[in-house]
Amino acid sequence: MITSGQNTTTIALASDLKGRSLWADARRRLLRNRAALTGMIVLGVIALLALLAPVLSPYAYDEVNYDIIACAPGWWPAEAACTAPGHLFGTDAVGRDLFVRALYGARVSLAVGLVASLVSLLIGVLYGAVAGYAGGRVDALMMRVVDVLYSLPFIFFVIILMVMFDRNFILLFVAIGAVEWLTMARIVRGQTLSLKQKEFIEAARAAGAPPLGIILRHVVPNVVGPVMVYVTLTVPGIILTESFLSFLGLGIQEPMTSWGVLISDGADQMETAPWMLLFPALLMALTLFSFNFVGDGLRDALDPKDR
Amino acid sequence: MTAYAFRRLLGAIPTLFVIVTLAFFMMRAAPGGPFDSERRLPPEVERNIKAAYHLDKPLAQQYVLYLGGMARGDLGPSFKNKDFTVAQLIATGLPVSARLGLLSMALALLIGTALGVIAALRQNRWQDYSVMTVAMLGITIPTFVTAPILTLVFGIHLGWLPVGGWAGGAWRNLVLPVTVLALPQIAVIARLMRGSMVEVLRANYIRTARAKGLPEGRIVLRHALRAAALPLVSYLGPALAAVLTGSLVVENIFGLPGIGRYFIQGALNRDYTLVMGVVICYAALIVFLNFLADIAYALLDPRVRLA
Repeated sequence: MITSGQNTTTIALASDLKGRSLWADARRRLLRNRAALTGMIVLGVIALLALLAPVLSPYAYDEVNYDIIACAPGWWPAEAACTAPGHLFGTDAVGRDLFVRALYGARVSLAVGLVASLVSLLIGVLYGAVAGYAGGRVDALMMRVVDVLYSLPFIFFVIILMVMFDRNFILLFVAIGAVEWLTMARIVRGQTLSLKQKEFIEAARAAGAPPLGIILRHVVPNVVGPVMVYVTLTVPGIILTESFLSFLGLGIQEPMTSWGVLISDGADQMETAPWMLLFPALLMALTLFSFNFVGDGLRDALDPKDR
Repeated sequence: MTAYAFRRLLGAIPTLFVIVTLAFFMMRAAPGGPFDSERRLPPEVERNIKAAYHLDKPLAQQYVLYLGGMARGDLGPSFKNKDFTVAQLIATGLPVSARLGLLSMALALLIGTALGVIAALRQNRWQDYSVMTVAMLGITIPTFVTAPILTLVFGIHLGWLPVGGWAGGAWRNLVLPVTVLALPQIAVIARLMRGSMVEVLRANYIRTARAKGLPEGRIVLRHALRAAALPLVSYLGPALAAVLTGSLVVENIFGLPGIGRYFIQGALNRDYTLVMGVVICYAALIVFLNFLADIAYALLDPRVRLA
């Protein structure tokens, strides 16, 4: 009798409480994580500044002015400042405003990061889900291909591609994205293998749903969690790769710019004009930091057992 | 064990073959050639040069010729560095790159492991937090930012170390490049080591060792470290690939005559044979060292059975 009484109270309590979904729980945990929250705010501010770059500065990103070559920002200590006003980060070796160029660099870096991540997401999720769901020989073959590709020194192929096709901007997105899908495919395959055993998949199969339909409607939505975590950690990696290529002179071309180009230019002039290195480097480090914090926070929020 | 090692070595052959083929056809598919210059050569001279390098033959025949040469250890003459064969250039560059890479790996393993162990032993105290913060910095800040900054501080302002150059491998010239190359790996290894050490220190056999009254130092070094270092062995392959990629930047910044510099120069000049040679060299290194890491893992971990 006692047990039934307890049961009724639990049921009564449960009906009073508002139901919390996995996602609401995750959002609450994520927002309570101070590092992740700060990271999201910082990223939001940088993205906003990058979008508003043309409005924020009176100078165009490619406006050359030979009267104010490599001059320091107004507030820089112990250095003759720019004669022209409004150069918040100073100017570069041909007198272009560094503030606006750093923000245009942010545009390129963020765009490359997001688009290439989407490419890798699309390929990786589909490939992994199909391999995991098909299983057996198909799975073994598809994963063997991933293994072989894993052992290729891909950065070299990206470099060759970039040189060969004259630093095509769109190719840069695709090339980096095509390199990054391998890990994604492995993660999704692993998740799919365990999902396949679940009752709801069996129910869908019993109801006569076609395999591709099951993959798209039932498998893919259920791997969103780990995939999201991996994407937030992929974006900074891709930003790094793009800057690496640009630093070597193989990425973005003048007068367009990216953080890698700015850092490379800054490194050449760092003895006389350290601000040219400092600001792009700081901005980039800040962005990468924030992505890592958000990624870690997401993982903790979606996978509480790991804390 | 021997059978497994043999099978793995055989398995590396198709991987290398794929790399060579991909690199070959990617280089040739690109517009422009190694002998396109500002000044047009007289047609008969151009024809002679092309004939000398087999560039007048059909692509398939060039490919077969290249594979045949490779099998005999002949990587062909460099197109741009006149009077040098690719094999000669690699022979002069490889010792430099190898020294740089091995020293950085050794430094990273030593310092990374030590930092990771300290962080794990002082978990959730200030030592732990400071090591993990530094590790986060090391992971997010790329080599092409740390290199100029360290050069600025130690090379220019303090004047302790040379800014660049090889000088026959003098240790003073090695300090900065090796440190820069090792920093990100120190960070990753410290994080890995902390994670696995924390786990191992909770294991029952460690409690047994404590209960027996063994001194703490002996428990950590003899009992915990050996088990905790296992994940490190499987990280060695990726670490090596990262160091090789990093050395592209480091060799460029510090003006070191390694093969990374040849690769970038060759890619920019369309020196087909040189780029091919360096890619093959890197790929062979990566494949071989991954193989060694797998074998080492199997030898160290008695739970791994190789069928």
